[in-house]
Amino acid sequence: MLEIKDLSVAVEDKEIIHDVNLNIQMGETHVLFGPNGAGKSTLLMAIMGFPKYRVTKGSIAFKGKDITSLTVDERARLGIGMSFQRPPVVRGVKTRDMVAACLKGSGDGDTIDKLADKTDLSEFLERDINYGFSGGEIKRSELLQLLAQKPELTLLDEPESGVDLVNIVLIGELMNDLLEKNCPIQYRKCMGLIITHTGHILDYVNARTGYVMCDGTIGCTGDPHEMLATIREKGYGECIKCYLGRVPTHE
Amino acid sequence: MSKADKSGSYKDKAKAAVNKTAPLGEDIDLSKYVSSDDKHAYRDDPSQFPAKAKERMLGAGVMLDDTSQRSGTYIQMDNTPVHSSVSQDGVEVMPVSQAMEKYDWFAEYWWQAVAVDQDKYTANIELNQYNGYFIRALPGQKTVFPVQACLYLAKEKLVQNVHNIIIAEEDSELHIITGCTTTTKEEAGLHLGVSEFYIKRGAKVTFTMIHSWSPETAVRPRTAAIIEEDGLFMSNYLLMKPVRSLQMYPTARCEGENATVRYNSIMVAGEGSSLDVGSRVILNAKGARTEIVTRAITTGGDITARGYIEGNAPEVKGHLECRGLILGEKGNIHAIPELRGTLPGIDLSHEAAVGKIAEEEVEYLMARGLTRDEATATIVRGFLRVDIEGLPPLLSDELKRAVEASEKEVM
Repeated sequence: MLEIKDLSVAVEDKEIIHDVNLNIQMGETHVLFGPNGAGKSTLLMAIMGFPKYRVTKGSIAFKGKDITSLTVDERARLGIGMSFQRPPVVRGVKTRDMVAACLKGSGDGDTIDKLADKTDLSEFLERDINYGFSGGEIKRSELLQLLAQKPELTLLDEPESGVDLVNIVLIGELMNDLLEKNCPIQYRKCMGLIITHTGHILDYVNARTGYVMCDGTIGCTGDPHEMLATIREKGYGECIKCYLGRVPTHE
Repeated sequence: MSKADKSGSYKDKAKAAVNKTAPLGEDIDLSKYVSSDDKHAYRDDPSQFPAKAKERMLGAGVMLDDTSQRSGTYIQMDNTPVHSSVSQDGVEVMPVSQAMEKYDWFAEYWWQAVAVDQDKYTANIELNQYNGYFIRALPGQKTVFPVQACLYLAKEKLVQNVHNIIIAEEDSELHIITGCTTTTKEEAGLHLGVSEFYIKRGAKVTFTMIHSWSPETAVRPRTAAIIEEDGLFMSNYLLMKPVRSLQMYPTARCEGENATVRYNSIMVAGEGSSLDVGSRVILNAKGARTEIVTRAITTGGDITARGYIEGNAPEVKGHLECRGLILGEKGNIHAIPELRGTLPGIDLSHEAAVGKIAEEEVEYLMARGLTRDEATATIVRGFLRVDIEGLPPLLSDELKRAVEASEKEVM
């Protein structure tokens, strides 16, 4: 399981996340809502362990182990995987190389071909990773890599943004696979934390817990479908108002 | 003019240029080197060369034990041709000294693409003992396997004088691998080499040159190519091993409509290496096009990476791409891309980038479980991987192997 305790995170000396507490049990998928700039991506980056996102307070534990001081690759090898919103182009490094790296020897060329077929990226295996990829292709390529990596905790940052309606069905199905939606919760060997703006993704994943983040703090916790309905109807403004009524603001 | 007269006029021009300093690169004092060598024995069977020499040649892409994947072989030790053979019809391989005797028309190609008085190095070749390879594809003949040539610097303190002539007759196809190397790692020799390429109408030439010098060698190649209508010249250059001082700026001139030139260069400079390497293409005919791609890595050495494209005819198109990577704390890369257009309707462009490995890319790979070192190595390997369009798979694989063989030293 993932246990985040009193976590504060700073980027370039500015604290972005304040005292966040969050627990995800094995088999569960949680959803993060929140307006732009609320700190959702920062939270994901801090869980993944990117050095730019400095933990100033609190701790992150994964599978019972304190991982707060571990490097990105150590966390990845422990079983945390993340889809990037805007992954960099790495010239000369093929999509196939990336998938092979994710597989870490647990599959061969055939495994890669099958995964590429599943994500509709067969034509992209010999191309430089992310080079000239469209928004939808990037999303699928990120999921392709995660399917190879098989993380126990999957962090997804807006997996549906910039994706057309045809692609969103495929992406939803891939996320099902990744998060073992069709497997009874008690048998699942995976967890998920998903940032979403539109909520389309809720049609595809079995998420029972949602959070609204604003101003670097988790404002409220609840059923993600109900939350989405409120946000759709009243906008984040209402959430923030409700939230501001309960908690003092941060500077 | 008779052969003798013409040769006399080259000697005169060369004499006038013996002190002519080259505009680029460190000026090399030729008096520090000896010009004549001991004769090396000719061998009919190339597998009979000493094991050590064969190993060095193999490191430069020249295979002597099994020549089944070669259509011809030329080996020159110092200034002596020691082997020359052909295993396919339609291609000729011989020392230039022999071709000069054999063909009346030879003078039409001698010092026609490169000027004998270009600088003191070209002059030195003409005025001293020299030899080189003559490789010619007969009209319409297409070789599948490449011709291989090795220029081997054996004697210490020697200046190796090379003058090569390459002719691809109309509609022929010719692939050449040239490996340049030395006996030992301590040699302080000087390699001077003139190469003149003549690519006739509709002919296609790929020229893959692998340099594997020793850390004390100085190298001054002088290369030019003339490409006729619908001709293609593809030049691939690989330098992964240390060399003290290397300066070259090969020039290709597209003189026929739709002539095409591609230069791909991959070079690595370690500490103590100084490279000034460029590629120059002059587009003189309608529809001519070129692409120049350079990858330069320094792990402590100095690299000047030049590129020049000039468009002098309608509908020409050229693109120059130079990317430099600085690994480690020392070293510098100076990228100098130049474009010159002399009339409207031409399309020339360039992109150049010099820097260290982007941290964002390293972290991306680390997020997939690679350690920092593994991620860095993967990115460097990718950087060195230039997919060369149109290069036959055999050559492409060999080039890949040559890069991979040296990768570890770069990391």
